[in-house]
Amino acid sequence: MAEHESHEFDVVVVGAGGAGLRAAIEASAQGARTALVCKSLLGKAHTVMAEGGIAAALGNVYPDDDWRVHFRDTLRGGKLLNNWRMVQIQAQEAPDRVLELEEWGALFDRTEDGRILQRDFGGHRYARLAHVGDRTGLEMIRTLQHHAVHKGIDVFMECTITCLLKDDERIAGAFGYWRESGRFLLFNAPAVVLATGGIGKAYKITSNSWEYTGDGHALALWAGADLIDMECVQFHPTGMVWPPSVRGILVTEGVRGDGGVLRNADGDRFMFGYIPQMFRAETADTEEEADRWYTDKQNARRTPDLLPRDEVARAINTETKEGRGSPHGGVYLDIANRRDAEYIKRRLPSMYHQFLQLADVDITREAMEVGPTCHYMMGGVRVDAETQASTVPGLFAAGEVAGGAHGANRLGGNSLSDLLVFGRRAGLHAAEYARGLTARPTVDPGQIDELARHALRPFDAAGSENPYAIQQDLQECMHALVGIIRTEDELAKALEELAMLQDRASRVRVEGHRQYNPGWHLALDLGPLLAVSECITRAALERRESRGAQTRDDYPTTDPELAKINVVVRQQTGELSTALETRPPLPDDLAKLLEDA
Amino acid sequence: MTSATDHVGETRVAIRTGPAATLRQDAWWIAPLVTVVVLGGFVLYGLWVTFINEDYYAEPYLSPFFSPCLADNCEHQTAEVVGDWWNLSPALLILPAPLGFRLTCYYYRKAYYRAFLWSPPACAVGDVRARYAGESRFPLILQNVHRVFFYLVLPFPFILLYDGIRAFDFADGFGMGVGTLVLLVNAVLLGAYTLSCHTCRHLCGGHVDSFSKSPRRYRAWQLVSFLNERHMQIAWVSLFGVALTDLYVRLVATDVIRDLRFF
Amino acid sequence: MTPRTVTMRVWRGDASGGDLKDYQVAAEEGEVVLDVLHRLQATQANDLAVRWNCKAGKCGSCSAEVNGVPRLTCMTRMNLLPPDEPITITPLRTFPVIRDLVTDVSFNYEKAKQAPAFKPRPREPDGTHRMRQQDIDRVQEFHKCIECFLCQDVCHFIRDHDDNKAAFAGPRMFVRYAELEMHPLDTNDRRQLLQDREGLGMCNITKCCTEVCPEGIHITDNAIIPLKERVVDARYDPVLWIGRKLRRRKS
Repeated sequence: MAEHESHEFDVVVVGAGGAGLRAAIEASAQGARTALVCKSLLGKAHTVMAEGGIAAALGNVYPDDDWRVHFRDTLRGGKLLNNWRMVQIQAQEAPDRVLELEEWGALFDRTEDGRILQRDFGGHRYARLAHVGDRTGLEMIRTLQHHAVHKGIDVFMECTITCLLKDDERIAGAFGYWRESGRFLLFNAPAVVLATGGIGKAYKITSNSWEYTGDGHALALWAGADLIDMECVQFHPTGMVWPPSVRGILVTEGVRGDGGVLRNADGDRFMFGYIPQMFRAETADTEEEADRWYTDKQNARRTPDLLPRDEVARAINTETKEGRGSPHGGVYLDIANRRDAEYIKRRLPSMYHQFLQLADVDITREAMEVGPTCHYMMGGVRVDAETQASTVPGLFAAGEVAGGAHGANRLGGNSLSDLLVFGRRAGLHAAEYARGLTARPTVDPGQIDELARHALRPFDAAGSENPYAIQQDLQECMHALVGIIRTEDELAKALEELAMLQDRASRVRVEGHRQYNPGWHLALDLGPLLAVSECITRAALERRESRGAQTRDDYPTTDPELAKINVVVRQQTGELSTALETRPPLPDDLAKLLEDA
Repeated sequence: MTSATDHVGETRVAIRTGPAATLRQDAWWIAPLVTVVVLGGFVLYGLWVTFINEDYYAEPYLSPFFSPCLADNCEHQTAEVVGDWWNLSPALLILPAPLGFRLTCYYYRKAYYRAFLWSPPACAVGDVRARYAGESRFPLILQNVHRVFFYLVLPFPFILLYDGIRAFDFADGFGMGVGTLVLLVNAVLLGAYTLSCHTCRHLCGGHVDSFSKSPRRYRAWQLVSFLNERHMQIAWVSLFGVALTDLYVRLVATDVIRDLRFF
Repeated sequence: MTPRTVTMRVWRGDASGGDLKDYQVAAEEGEVVLDVLHRLQATQANDLAVRWNCKAGKCGSCSAEVNGVPRLTCMTRMNLLPPDEPITITPLRTFPVIRDLVTDVSFNYEKAKQAPAFKPRPREPDGTHRMRQQDIDRVQEFHKCIECFLCQDVCHFIRDHDDNKAAFAGPRMFVRYAELEMHPLDTNDRRQLLQDREGLGMCNITKCCTEVCPEGIHITDNAIIPLKERVVDARYDPVLWIGRKLRRRKS
């Protein structure tokens, strides 16, 4: 058998961002022997990049806010495609999860009377985001990290999982390698929680880091689990556009929450021209009313600058396409003319820092140039709302890798509460599942050799393809053909190109040896990247309408009938297949919440 | 926590070892050099002033090196404390306090550790010592007496202020000269140096964990923090202040210059 | 501006040794050192080991030494470096090399485990913790730490004295201790531990940690010195000592 080290655990959590850490903490608290496996160093996961805040209806700023309003906002933001039970659970449990973070040492910005301050964000009716300036994710991951460390959880840093192992239908473990040494390791574990985040690195312009190669989506797919809503890829409306090397880096929605507005090259606040019917009743139609809203939420309607992300991203896309963009192909985001320098520096310190250092732009004096950037994957592993269990026994998923909570479009701030709420539930139920088993599943040792051979193939002399070149071509393809606006022809063309890239990837070759070799790591990441790219493209072909992040030029309207179905992607007999499956209907009492304007 | 590593503490990059080794290309040596020249110059001047033991009073101005002057052999006695058995320079009676305060000051420590002891000469430049225990052992553990020196020097700004007020009292009655102004400015600078010190910042509020429960301490802490951010600048300016004040008094006392009277 | 060609002098090697190697790489307008390293990796040295994540100065992964100065390579603009000279990139000196620019930073994670956990006081009757913004401003500065470990790298106490590592937690950990000690809700007292086990007394406040901090945290002035002062409260202040004795006698 190929040389490898083995570890025995009850629960293996893959990914150490907010969801993974929270899952590991919970599983460990339940008494399960828990391993936390992450591709980077602990505390570097993408959660660290989250800026604006955690959406939780604490009602500290507006007492009228409660879980019902949060539920309504999320479902409307998700264009009704969300798993309503997940939305309900998240809206109900988020406040407890935030208070729990505080109990573990997190320090959120405060209100005058000493409670947690909340800020306005796109799509949220009330100021709802608990935050720490514009570095909320850092606060969250560090708090969870310290808590996990003190609980003595085993952490496997810089370790990549390449395959899940099964015993019949059930999960039996996971196989991977140490990035540092290139050596293989095997986890024998009856329960695996996927918390690997998203797929951003399939796109050219993205706010995501190198880690976001869709590992969890692919691991679940290959293990036979269902993926849903894969067509729903969120483009955040405001990423940096200049200089080229920072293109895509996120500019927090908090800029708009704190008073910043979008303008085109003519200086017009163009968002007033893009208010969709669904949000007309609650959106200001004059600049005067929009400006008044920041201080008077009772008598003024919210500014269209804070419409949900899909609407704003599409609007910016249209403005630049029609020639009203800024010199570097974006639009202007202006807070300098609207708030004083002290306020900006206090509320948005890392934005100030980021623009000054990377783009020579002082955001207290000039407008930022921004444009859409691939940001978040709404789709993912189909899970049970209560337990986060996938369709494969023993496999759980939480956070971005799980599908359903955000429907066709995620509201800002809902991701961080998703991580906490469902991370906890996944850890809890994974531990319970492991405890409830009468016999531990076992790993067939025969698989190990095959997996090791597969992983080492890029070192063989046969191929000549450069992994970096393949990734670059993949990103170009996805951006051009499966981007913000899609058509059937382009999607079909993308599938052809993906097949060619798949072929090239089988001939990839890397230099050097197994020790910390980024070329080899990327070669192995190409597998998941290509798999999720195909899932996205196929799902986008299947949904013949425009809804949320899925915008089809050939089907520009929203079809109410299609709100009732999920596009499911699965791979059970080797071939990828898609299916349209009906979703459970929204109960009447919850449906009523949607109607209240 | 598990990690694939089993060579902790083994191989480090082998280039740049040895004293003052660095890949830095900038002129990192300028700052320590300036510190050596200026701080060294002050120490030499102070020693000279102390041991020549004269020309430190030019009525009504008393040099800060000799204030308060406590022995009977003073050119101008501030208070009778020590008596006539003391026959060394009276500066030696009082200088240990401000000297010790500056020697143990958190800012000066940085400056002379870098410039004089070369541990390290500059950031990312090799330490000259083979082994180093920092301030954890004798003698450097004595740096912790900074707190005691802080208590000891607290009266000094007030005494110097008193000197400044006395400097209005000329032989021909109430008046004011350049020297009066010099003495007053010196007292203020020393006051600012003492007030801006890290120990003061800690004592007046830094030790509190919930500021909202001690609003007065919070305000004091904010004020001292404001000064503390400028502690380095104040440290240098007040050092020059003392030396130049002494020099002024000395030049007047030796009739090299004449004190200009405003009135 | 057209792309120019720069000489990147990169340390290549592993635990068994290595050397600086020169590469000619294109650099475009607005790029940072990490961009150029990535281009080098993609075109000439596929296996060049570089650790990085966010490329926006938020995660603290891409620490290395640029022309001898510890820096985040993702926040070091190429146009700030001398244009016609080779740019020397070496791994962090304080930690053992794994390969090329990647070092083994597990020292920092081991030290983190030694810090006694946050232990909050009970909640208010309404289930909340009440804190004012002024109570937490000071601690929020410490929470900005992105754990890039540049401060650990530059601290001569372990940079030049490998044998001190066992007894010294380093500036990053002192920031962590400061945030816990000054946390309005925390009830633990870590002063004995700091002085006796974590090597607070070993710091000789040369402020290099503050100079290299990419987050601009005043590590020395706001974290280390206040901690030293808190230790002085407990151990070296005669006035407070007498005060404590008198109070104890009274009660």
